[in-house]
Amino acid sequence: MQKYSVFSLIKNAFSDHMNWEVAWKDPTPKKEYDVIIIGGGGHGLATAYYLAKEHKITNVAIIEKGWIGGGNVGRNTTIIRSNFMYDANGRFNEFGMDLWRNLSQELNFNVMFSPRGIINLAHSDAQMNAYARRGNSMRLNGIDAVLLGREEVKKYIPMADFSDDVRFPIFGGLMQPSAGTARHDAVAWGYARQADSMGVDIIQHCEVEGFNITNGKITGVRTSKGEIKAKKVGLCVAGSTNILAEKLNMTLPIETHCLQACVSEPVKPLLDGVVTFGAGHFYISQSDKGEMVMGGDLDGYNSYAQRGNLPTIQHVLTGGLALFPFLSRLKMLRTWGGIMDMSMDGSPIIDKTHIDGLYLNCGWCYGGFKSTPVSGWTFAHTIAQDKPHELNSELSLNRFSTGYLLDEKGIGTKTWIG
Amino acid sequence: MLYIKCPFCGMRSQNEFAYGGDASVKRPELNKDVSDKEWDDFVYNRKSLRGKHIELWHHVSGCRQWFKAQRDTATHEIFKTAMMNEEI
Repeated sequence: MQKYSVFSLIKNAFSDHMNWEVAWKDPTPKKEYDVIIIGGGGHGLATAYYLAKEHKITNVAIIEKGWIGGGNVGRNTTIIRSNFMYDANGRFNEFGMDLWRNLSQELNFNVMFSPRGIINLAHSDAQMNAYARRGNSMRLNGIDAVLLGREEVKKYIPMADFSDDVRFPIFGGLMQPSAGTARHDAVAWGYARQADSMGVDIIQHCEVEGFNITNGKITGVRTSKGEIKAKKVGLCVAGSTNILAEKLNMTLPIETHCLQACVSEPVKPLLDGVVTFGAGHFYISQSDKGEMVMGGDLDGYNSYAQRGNLPTIQHVLTGGLALFPFLSRLKMLRTWGGIMDMSMDGSPIIDKTHIDGLYLNCGWCYGGFKSTPVSGWTFAHTIAQDKPHELNSELSLNRFSTGYLLDEKGIGTKTWIG
Repeated sequence: MLYIKCPFCGMRSQNEFAYGGDASVKRPELNKDVSDKEWDDFVYNRKSLRGKHIELWHHVSGCRQWFKAQRDTATHEIFKTAMMNEEI
């Protein structure tokens, strides 16, 4: 594989950039693989990469019904954080933060990880107390957390509405300084290129139509490009999890919902990190191009449509305007939607299933992007060793029936409210 | 914007309604032994169908009645709505 560097850039400039190697091949599927990963998104590509790199399993195929990086890894708002209260979520995502910090070097692909901090705003004394509790839990797990007062928040976001006559005055906030953003497409492409160079077959435009199961053990998948045998199969299909679960006669603690995001026209640097409004569903950051990147609520009813509905955007931006009145003068450039695998307690599932050789990676709700490296890392371990790693042992499928929920938000099973 | 036909008030805009989830979920009968699996299915497990989906809606800013709707989860077309005691 050609190494990307300033020297290769200069060298290729002499031939008008016409001689770059392809970043990944377009192979026809083999008859059999050791492992098939279904879903060529961030998590699937990362899983294949870590299977090859950490576990030396390279006879691997990624099967993707569309094109790689066309789903949620290309649709998210690029936020990376580990500001969780529960030990299992905190430890899992803090391990992921360490992977993020080194990812550009590891993949030889600039993922533009930019740890500029995230502030969750508080709008009441009760919320400040809750954030103090969450911040303390984070610090006990070795995650950086700073409780900010109103004046300290003002230093970070002086353009927010700090007047006293607003409905939800800013009391303060909880900051994770090491959180940030990254370039989402680069994450998918970086993992794909490295996985491909280690022998992983990336098979695009190939839809899984069914599974071959003999005596409770998976033996392969039926696809639009024919049958492919496999010793092990991993599902990394986010919003399509329920569709594949139906083909496996499984019902999962997951519902599929649409989440929208939008960007404004680009403006000069204005907002450094990520800010979330604590009194409504709204969060905002500024991209390197200068666009204000915003999102908030789910559309509020089960949806497989990868596009959203206007009332939700209006609702989200109403909250945004209450916090940042300057937004009223910006034009929206784009809105889009992606479909989320909303789990019933708001935490993901990375586990084995009752079918031997079938592994499940789902339930990411609207926070899958930040966990891309650690999800791939732990899922690869789960597949290779046929048992969960310590980091994902509590992200189990049976935690619902046994009552060991990871209900970070404590909102119950109304997934569309979250 | 969805337009939803409330069985009591007629066609109204989506803003007047709140969603109530999958209407096909049945609470286990309490006058017999209920297994953990049945509780699990009732509380957590959902089919979340792609295509025709029967679901609950609440006309929260209108007559405040709950009702059932059959909607396509991929196209959002609403085929029919019905009162809670009606079959759909």
